[in-house]
Amino acid sequence: MSKIALHLSISLAALAAAIATPVLAETVAITNARILTAGPAGEIARGTIVLRDGKIASVGAGASAPAGARIIDAKGATVTPGFVAANTLLGAVEVRSLGDDLTVNNPDIGAAFDVQYGLDPQSTLIPVARLGGITRAIVMPLSAGGGGTDFHADDGEELYTAGGGGGSKSTALFAGQAAVIHLGEGADILVKPKVGMVVPFGDGGANVAGGARGAEIVALKAAFRDVRDYMRNKAAYDRAGVRDMGLSKADLEALIPVVEGRMPIIASVHKASDIRSVLQFAREERVKVILDGAEEGWMTAGEIAAAGVPVIINPLSDRPESFQVLGATMENAARLQAAGVTLAIESQGGAHRVRELRYNVGNAIANGMPYQAGLAAVTINPARIFGVADKIGSLEPGKDADLVIWTGDPFEPLSQPTAIFIRGESQPMTSRQLELRERYKTLGGGYPAAYSR
Amino acid sequence: MFGTVAALVVATAFGGCATTAPASKPAGGESAKARTLPKGLDSANNGDPFASTYRPLPSRPTALFGATVFTGTGERIDGGTVLIRDGKIEAIGAGLVPPASYHVVDAAGKYITPGLIDAHSHLGVYPSPSVPAHSDGNELTDPNTAGVWAEHSVWPQDPGFNLARAGGVTSIMVLPGSGNLIGGRSVTLRNIPARTVQEMKHPGAPYGLKMACGENPKRVYGGRNRAPSTRMGNVAGYRNAWISAADYGRKWDDYRAKEGRGEKADPPKRDLQLETLAGVLKGEILVENHCYRADEMVQMIGIANEFGYKITAFHHASEAYKIADILAQNDICTATWANWWGNKLEAWDGIEANAAMIHAAGGCAIIKSDDPDVIQRLNQEAAAALAAGRAAGLSITEAQAMAWITANPAKAMGLKDTGSLTPGKRADVVIWDKNPFSIYARAERVYLDGGIAYDRHDARFQPKSDFEIGQGANR
Repeated sequence: MSKIALHLSISLAALAAAIATPVLAETVAITNARILTAGPAGEIARGTIVLRDGKIASVGAGASAPAGARIIDAKGATVTPGFVAANTLLGAVEVRSLGDDLTVNNPDIGAAFDVQYGLDPQSTLIPVARLGGITRAIVMPLSAGGGGTDFHADDGEELYTAGGGGGSKSTALFAGQAAVIHLGEGADILVKPKVGMVVPFGDGGANVAGGARGAEIVALKAAFRDVRDYMRNKAAYDRAGVRDMGLSKADLEALIPVVEGRMPIIASVHKASDIRSVLQFAREERVKVILDGAEEGWMTAGEIAAAGVPVIINPLSDRPESFQVLGATMENAARLQAAGVTLAIESQGGAHRVRELRYNVGNAIANGMPYQAGLAAVTINPARIFGVADKIGSLEPGKDADLVIWTGDPFEPLSQPTAIFIRGESQPMTSRQLELRERYKTLGGGYPAAYSR
Repeated sequence: MFGTVAALVVATAFGGCATTAPASKPAGGESAKARTLPKGLDSANNGDPFASTYRPLPSRPTALFGATVFTGTGERIDGGTVLIRDGKIEAIGAGLVPPASYHVVDAAGKYITPGLIDAHSHLGVYPSPSVPAHSDGNELTDPNTAGVWAEHSVWPQDPGFNLARAGGVTSIMVLPGSGNLIGGRSVTLRNIPARTVQEMKHPGAPYGLKMACGENPKRVYGGRNRAPSTRMGNVAGYRNAWISAADYGRKWDDYRAKEGRGEKADPPKRDLQLETLAGVLKGEILVENHCYRADEMVQMIGIANEFGYKITAFHHASEAYKIADILAQNDICTATWANWWGNKLEAWDGIEANAAMIHAAGGCAIIKSDDPDVIQRLNQEAAAALAAGRAAGLSITEAQAMAWITANPAKAMGLKDTGSLTPGKRADVVIWDKNPFSIYARAERVYLDGGIAYDRHDARFQPKSDFEIGQGANR
């Protein structure tokens, strides 16, 4: 190898290492803060939180700032954990009408579809979402009947609805595997892949199964039987010595953790009777399940709680948008929470409007949810539901230092974030939108706006 | 500044019947025209077939006492009282003593605003449930459907009307969709439960004409391999339509002039499409123009100048902030959101501070919904827009931002009798339990023409549409 080539390869290796490993975060102490920990410590009226090596070193009324730390005097401002947005398209969409990287219509890749390989850390949606206080997100494949849409009746486009009418043009029985990402700067935003398997139920499930709800449950049971047979007879399968199976080998492999109860099904489901059907299916097949949507969840709240099944809802869904959600109400969140269901709150559409997540929490609280439960629904609960609560979701020593300093109550539109840390790294408080704003704030100068920086 | 009780007693004495539609001349009357032309062939004498039959709810003299009041016109009154009589705002001010005969509502600690007004909605034409059987908002059979009227698609049983009212919305402009260059007439509704759209129509409100720039028309028709398939095709389409409209208007003017002189005249054949467009050229119908991009909005201003009409408002207008100066100079309102962007490329540059920057440039900023969910929380959308403006360093008060969802949309809809708590206007009033710019605020009571249209704490005033009863769960 020539000297130049060697030098180049070393440089590339160094570069790769630099990309892969985040720059060691500084030590920061945020003092005089009102801290909403979302952890066992609850709310700390006035305290200090110390960030070191990307982790939370200490948090509490008595915590003191270590020597050499950069001090941020919060002057009474509110600090919360960074919010965790369940059910998003972040990193997998730019302009909604130009498509996404979350819809797969390939007969051989359904359950095997894994969003982790298609993430774009440069997406302009990420800084916009971050300025809404969101530091982590669950990126989920789009399924028939799922959310993930900004339905806009005005556009003259084909009608589809988030409340179960279609959601996306997916025709997959298994829509694929979700991943947890962080919203910090850097080339690698993946935190944890394979955190759940998206499956549409109700109208969406009926559509992908050929037209009827009953057909879908039969199809799912048949698929799981295939997976179990495949697991027992892998060698025979490879010799083509077993009966035909409906799924590709990749899909069969992908479903093994599901049938073993290690990976939850993320069931996109809306109607009370369909929720019962999902709970029964999960019980019979001994699989773990998360309900997503669940507009009529309050009608089956006791059963959901008894099954220990967590739920992701958009608390703003209160219209009879389809015949699946005739019972939709703004009190869904409060009623599910009161029944003891572990609840995560999602945003409208999960993409461009994901920054409104904090308003959704405020609305859930305004409609009866206790304040701390609302906070939990965008912090520790989604972290628990997706198996990352050991790292994120609350302000506790040892966890990743994801936090936001707010001018006031984080769920109020009139409050704004003043600083955002992800894994201890201070994030830029700007976005493409704010750059556009600055460019056009003063009109009529001598030079066109395009000359501004 | 505010009218006194005595002054208003006089004012309301002759205004008591103003909420009913002006009686239209019966068709087939005694005029020469009616004899000249068979029924239905003369738009000036057609009996107003879809006239408003709106009737205000029963009301009684009421004093809303001791609240923080946002007037809608930019003022805030602490410890304010609003007097309602004969369905009208009678007086407003701090320290007003309610007359003894008035029903007094203790609103201390609460907030009072005008009824909210949504200048861009598709309630009724894209109702819930949103199934194909209900998809009545876009007549996608020709790029110019100026002859269709949104009111002929409105389903009064849309549950969305009730949800919007619970969010404090008392007036709504329902527009056709934006799949066409020229989509048809809008209709302005009083947000009251009704059997027919006529019972909801705002008496005397002008019609609007929905026009649309950009991606939607060219996508819909380009996809069918017909014009328009490009933005330049869009512009040719508008201009050709206005040429025909101007010609049609001239023919009718000539006919009427001859007829007036007693000369023999052959009337032009009535054409619903051209009749609406000619109405715009006469200044009787407002232009409500869906347009996202700054450059396209300025193209549309050029077309308006070419044919001598005025654009009342640009809707969506995600890039309005780039031309805030031009919009202010031309007295064109901007009806936009805070939070929507990026659903398509022409909305890619939408920013939260759009409305605030329009306001700061001296323009007419409006926050609207275009959405059956956002319409339930226009106050929150306005709060987000206000916060974004403040974050941009603009100095804007809550009282000023309240105009974005009250007085300014009233202006863009041509409504002179609602939109602010000004004596003599309709008593369309919302009592909020908290500051409406707080996420936790909810409308406690909504008055329409002084009648209680909604009360959060009283099931008697929580109407449900026919669709909502007897099926599903009792929400």
